[in-house]
Amino acid sequence: MAFEIIGKPLPKIDALPKCTGETRYADDLQLPRMLYAKILRSPHAHARIRRIEVSRARALPGVHAVLTGCDLPTRFGILPVSQDEEALCVEKVRFVGDPVAAVAATDEWIAEEALRLIEVEYEPLPALLTLEEALRESSVRIHDYGDGPNIHKMVSLEFGDVEEGFAQADYVREDIFFYAGSTHLPLEQHAAVAHYGPDGKLTLWSSTQTPHYVHRALAKVLGLPPSHIRVIATPVGGGFGGKSEPFSHEIVVAKLAMLTGRPVKITLTREEVFYVHRGRHPVLMWIRTGVRRDGTITAMHVRSFLDGGAYGSYGVATTYYTGALQTVTYKIPRYKFEGVRVFTNKPPCGPKRGHGTPQPRFALEVHLDKIAEDLGLDPVEMRRRQIVEAPSLTVNWLRISSCGLRACIDRVVEASGFREKFRRLPFGQGVGFACSAYLSGAGLPIYWNDMPHSGVHIKIDRGGGVTVFCGSTDIGQGSDSILAYIVAEVLGILPQDIRVVTADTDLTPVDLGSYSSRVTVMTGNAAVEAAEKLRRLLFRAAAERLDVPEEQLMARARRIFDRADPQRGLDFAEAAQLAEARFGTLGAVGSYKPPQSPRRYKGAGVGPSPSYSYSACVVQVDVDPETGFVRVEKVWIAHDVGRAINPRLVEGQIHGSVYMGLGEALMEEQTFRSRLGLHKAPSMLDYKSPTPLEMPEVECFLIEAEDPNGPFGAKEAGQGPLLPIPPAVANAVYDAVGVRIDELPITPEKVLRGLNDKARGGSGRVGPKSIPSLAWPEPIRVEPPPEWRDVPTRSS
Amino acid sequence: MDVRLLTLNVNGEQHTLAVPVCKTLLEVLREDLHLTGTKHGCELGECGACTVLVDGEPILSCLALPIELEGREILTIEGLMEGGRPHPLQIAFAEMGAVQCGYCTPGVVLSAKALLDRNPMPTRQEIAEALSGNLCRCTGYIQILDAVERAVAWVRERRLILEEGRS
Repeated sequence: MAFEIIGKPLPKIDALPKCTGETRYADDLQLPRMLYAKILRSPHAHARIRRIEVSRARALPGVHAVLTGCDLPTRFGILPVSQDEEALCVEKVRFVGDPVAAVAATDEWIAEEALRLIEVEYEPLPALLTLEEALRESSVRIHDYGDGPNIHKMVSLEFGDVEEGFAQADYVREDIFFYAGSTHLPLEQHAAVAHYGPDGKLTLWSSTQTPHYVHRALAKVLGLPPSHIRVIATPVGGGFGGKSEPFSHEIVVAKLAMLTGRPVKITLTREEVFYVHRGRHPVLMWIRTGVRRDGTITAMHVRSFLDGGAYGSYGVATTYYTGALQTVTYKIPRYKFEGVRVFTNKPPCGPKRGHGTPQPRFALEVHLDKIAEDLGLDPVEMRRRQIVEAPSLTVNWLRISSCGLRACIDRVVEASGFREKFRRLPFGQGVGFACSAYLSGAGLPIYWNDMPHSGVHIKIDRGGGVTVFCGSTDIGQGSDSILAYIVAEVLGILPQDIRVVTADTDLTPVDLGSYSSRVTVMTGNAAVEAAEKLRRLLFRAAAERLDVPEEQLMARARRIFDRADPQRGLDFAEAAQLAEARFGTLGAVGSYKPPQSPRRYKGAGVGPSPSYSYSACVVQVDVDPETGFVRVEKVWIAHDVGRAINPRLVEGQIHGSVYMGLGEALMEEQTFRSRLGLHKAPSMLDYKSPTPLEMPEVECFLIEAEDPNGPFGAKEAGQGPLLPIPPAVANAVYDAVGVRIDELPITPEKVLRGLNDKARGGSGRVGPKSIPSLAWPEPIRVEPPPEWRDVPTRSS
Repeated sequence: MDVRLLTLNVNGEQHTLAVPVCKTLLEVLREDLHLTGTKHGCELGECGACTVLVDGEPILSCLALPIELEGREILTIEGLMEGGRPHPLQIAFAEMGAVQCGYCTPGVVLSAKALLDRNPMPTRQEIAEALSGNLCRCTGYIQILDAVERAVAWVRERRLILEEGRS
């Protein structure tokens, strides 16, 4: 069936106000009598707080309130299992930047002066700044919980007997990789405004991707009934995962509003944003794969070591994610995963675009490139031959409902001329290939319950205007527009006839938030359900008036009409009035809950998704052997999005993912000064990110392998296309100059080191050489699905 | 605190304000004139989000002091519309997907306007160079460059039509 709205490159409904400066972000809000807050942060990486003296700050004219940890002692955190944060530290600080005290004053200058008048006496403790240190120095404890000294989480899972799989291999290879930590660097600094009324009700406007979880944390820490708290997510000026959990400053500003009875605003400085972080975990990885001579995988064993920083954040989920999705691209009949997340005295890591999966994807795709070379196989064909089937279950019980990876591969390989270029370009030039997969939303909510993950409420007014209410948060990806397109398609009206009200816990039904690439699939399905309910009412009323069977009616271009005789119809507004007269006030709700996971085991909560998106890419690079500088010439990328609700927005997500993947591959890195734990580059100038001048040409191909669980077949597009970029760059650098840089970012210094090593007769490999030895727990052994009971046998 | 009485010409309007001399143009625009379309991303002159035009030239308002700008023409994103009609650049940005989170957009649009005013037919490379001081984390810059090219094409078409009309 042809669509009217779906599949068209329409402008976003909120694009023009963003171009005219009309859109109001959190820091643009101004309320009468508003005060300004500032937070005092720890200068120590690890210290006990002996004493805090705030009387001088409190006495400063213009200061209205000063808070310390004892005012907000209840701990919080995004995951129920890691409630380890305090809005202001009570006894200990755990990283440079940990919040210690806060002030509300009549302006920011006075607030800053007041911070200088707060005296904190610290007792410095040894700072553990690397993963190895944290594992070694077990007498120093950053937290008093976890799976071991400074070990936040340790997991071990085995699907089928992995040794049985290795026994059937003709060839087994092991590699070690490192993926550096990086930060989201949203253009908008975090900001929040709180208002507490005489009726005892609190309103918080915040730049957040997850108002629902902020709502929960505020209720918990402030001790207010949730029904008295309203959280409104303002348009988010860049998220990428960095604003997807409750933050200290949101709680602090609410408490200050309660204490002063005046609205209070806080905006973090750019430097604070670097320390607040929650970005990409630095991950050290070990991977061992057994293959037959033709490259068929018989078994895989992966170990990951995550440097988590000072707090839990999403870390338990991140740890599982470094092991969960290896199985959804290629058939892996036996699989073992061991992962550990370690606390260190650095800014906490969390979810950044791709959440825990770009690191192992980098390792896997470079590792496969090496295996193909070892066996003299074509790296494309080796992968292409063992793509997962759809529908199928992976060895770790993930349900693949659609897979367009083969088409993705074919498009990029053909368009780039990969086969003609690979190993054939002159020295200094090279091409690299990689594939990936990502989830379209998590199968389980963060707080396990049986309620929907997403709800949509639609009302129609007598003039034919439609308002859509949904808890989802537009962080620039266009989720508000997606709601409008989908409702417009179902009701046969235009997106501009629709007002979208989102991310307001008082007005909108719950949506869990903009994370896990879940919004299009989950809110989309809820919106389809609500809109179809309303359309049934409109059709019933129209059918009576027109004397046409309901099944024969159609809604399109603001009319409801007889399919057989299009002249016979009603205006949408007229139909709405008839329906209201017939059925009463018009409104409908829809909700969405992902399908149940086919198998339960400890750790099965991470990985299942309604659907998986697929990507394949080819990257061409030019490497200067004199300087080691890598210039990316062009990127060809194909993404299986199921169906593009709006192809221009999908391409925008792909471009942004390619951009961010290139940044991580070549330059972006969170680096810290040893011992002190100070960020080396907490500024947008020193923290290098690509500008328009570094951005190569990108040729995008949209593959539409419709998914049965997606609205109109749609799957995610916001995160998956980042994943194949870093390994494709690394593979291209090897193709260009013959050195393996197994450690991101691939800086000119590392390329030169590899070239020098090679010139001296070495392998030219740059990367980690060993992994810490660790007593892994006995794995949780999970029987694979029936189709995986047998392992492919060794080549004869 | 040293406070001066200044008269600033912003978007064609004269505003007389008592301004502490250390207050930046960015702060005065946002806090005193409530022109919050000008954004801040770093307040250190690194990101370009606070770009405004002074006598047609892009400057970083977080590094500019109003005391030095009396008598100059300051244009913010709010002043780009004419009679409620968006500028071709604003329409092109909205239509071409150049706006994701939108936080860098006002600064990028103004940098692009300054470019087009001085070079109405820029190449893609010249556009990229002109915008290289404006960071964007969402778009990978591609649809931004597409949008500027689209606006260039529109302006050119319009001029051709006008010229044809005259001849």
